[in-house]
Amino acid sequence: MTRITLDGIAHAYTRHPRTEKDYALRPLHHVWEQGMAYALLGPSGCGKTTLLNIISGLIIPSEGRLLFGDRDVTRLPTEQRNIAQVFQFPVIYDTMTVAENLAFPLRNRKMPKAAIAARVAEIAAMLELTPDLDRRARGLTADAKQKISLGRGLVRSDVSAVLFDEPLTVIDPALKWELRSKLKAVHRALDLLMIYVTHDQTEALTFADRVVVMNEGQAVQIGTPEELFERPDHTFVGYFIGSPGMNFLPALVDGRGARVGGSEVPLGAFYPALTGTVRIGVRPDFVTLTPGGGLKVQVRRVDDFGRKRLAHVSLDGLPLVATVPDSMASVGTDAGVAFDPAHVLVYQNDIRVEGIAE
Amino acid sequence: MMDKPWNNRAWIFILPVLALVLFCSIIPVMTVVNYSLQDSMGVNNFFWNGDSWFRDLLDPSTEIGARFADALLRTFAFSFAALAVEVPLGIAVALCLPRRGWAVGISLVITALPMLIPWNVVGTIWQIFARQDIGLFGATLTGLGLPYNVTQDSVSAWVTIVVIDVWHWTPLVILLSYAGLRAIPDAYYQAARIDGASRWAVFVNIELPKLRKVLVIAVLLRFMQTFMIYTEPVVVTGGGPGSATTFLSIDLVKIAIGQVDVGSAAAMSLVYYIIILTACWIFFTVMTQLERRGDT
Repeated sequence: MTRITLDGIAHAYTRHPRTEKDYALRPLHHVWEQGMAYALLGPSGCGKTTLLNIISGLIIPSEGRLLFGDRDVTRLPTEQRNIAQVFQFPVIYDTMTVAENLAFPLRNRKMPKAAIAARVAEIAAMLELTPDLDRRARGLTADAKQKISLGRGLVRSDVSAVLFDEPLTVIDPALKWELRSKLKAVHRALDLLMIYVTHDQTEALTFADRVVVMNEGQAVQIGTPEELFERPDHTFVGYFIGSPGMNFLPALVDGRGARVGGSEVPLGAFYPALTGTVRIGVRPDFVTLTPGGGLKVQVRRVDDFGRKRLAHVSLDGLPLVATVPDSMASVGTDAGVAFDPAHVLVYQNDIRVEGIAE
Repeated sequence: MMDKPWNNRAWIFILPVLALVLFCSIIPVMTVVNYSLQDSMGVNNFFWNGDSWFRDLLDPSTEIGARFADALLRTFAFSFAALAVEVPLGIAVALCLPRRGWAVGISLVITALPMLIPWNVVGTIWQIFARQDIGLFGATLTGLGLPYNVTQDSVSAWVTIVVIDVWHWTPLVILLSYAGLRAIPDAYYQAARIDGASRWAVFVNIELPKLRKVLVIAVLLRFMQTFMIYTEPVVVTGGGPGSATTFLSIDLVKIAIGQVDVGSAAAMSLVYYIIILTACWIFFTVMTQLERRGDT
């Protein structure tokens, strides 16, 4: 029951890293708070599993310090860290029953028998494994096996954190949803720090209180799902979160307006004249297609998702995705778009620039 | 041409294989069967003898029966002794071999070397090695005051033959176990560390269950080879002292070629063959059962 502090943690798999590219994980400061659920979200190879393995002690970081509470555990082996981890593929002990599998981490720590039995029964009930407790783990389905792995991760009540490394990859889509809500319920019931690695944004956004978005070994933004959606700090977050991702348009920004191609897009705040690569970013949800009026666009394609329709349009030759309002029954090739100025963000060299509110 | 699902022309294509099998195995085996049912009074002078060779052979009260029973027991004892040493030793060495890095290749090649030496050469090496006067092994043991004498003492002879087989064939068990160990995903070891498992618990709960399949193969191969052992005892001990190391194969050769007792020898080799076939079948059944039950 402690907070976990990353103090400038970085890792390179090569022995003498020279450039930033040699780092699987670039220097990172962060405090993981007790009782919170975090998700590490990013594409494959972005360093999220490396970060997880550093916390669990399977990898010793090349730089920085790792603190559990006030204790420096950077160089401590896994066994002495009080961490539970669940892996991508189910790891079960073939020769044991389900109950013995769940009891294994407790038995190794010399817990009294009665306490073990009680805890195993509790966790089995949470994960609906009770009917299978006396069965051999070997003959079970992949789903059930992964539930056992999850159970082994959750069975120790004294852990500093439970780490999940894409634990639902092998699970059937229908069951995935159910298991995820179960994990969420378990999290609420057990008041543990959980860190959950995934490359699936839905999984991350529904599971976690805070999401850490990673790209190329760097934590590009740490925030609540709402913050990531509404105010991405980095263009990568804009692209990666949301489906489809954020629109980015090269623009000349000065004052309260942005010049995009030949059109003028109003901004919600005041910006000084910016140099470098300047783009405005806006979610498709905040660009609305209009029959006329607004900025002139050519409609290329309309995707109907049932609940909403998205139009792929061209604004002075620049691709843009906009929402088609319910009031617009049919969409011709020529239309207009209206931007919601409060949700038009400005990015300079991929980093969001905070405007000055007047 | 291709409209018929069954086409008798196919038979033509398998004729060469049939001919090969016929000459390589069916005709020789039938010759042995033929011998086992007849007695001969001289060259090409055979008469029908029914199953009496088999009855004598399987009846321990007859001379040949007693001899066969002793040799069979000795052969089983040898297989058991060799397996009892080679399997645990092989697993132990496999666990000690490096998992990655430059040392892997070197240690695997060194491990595999004994297997590349022909039986006869191994026998000759050890024949000299075990000599009391000039052999390093024999002379050292004698110098230490141990009663070691391959040609006079049956315990020495037995120990030597088992040690030879262990030296020659443990590498097979090592390589198979090593391959089995390497096939275990890292996540298992990581999970075990997280679960706080001791080294012994990792071995019993992860490594051994995952090795089961390769171990069945290793035991099968080693059983077959040790059960058919011939060259090493012939070269090193000549089956002695007395008949202490006269295993089935040696006895078979003695009866067939030494005594030219073709009928007995044929019956013996058929029984020998059936034992090996049965052992094979048992191992195969166990292996397929394992395959069906365990999916990981």
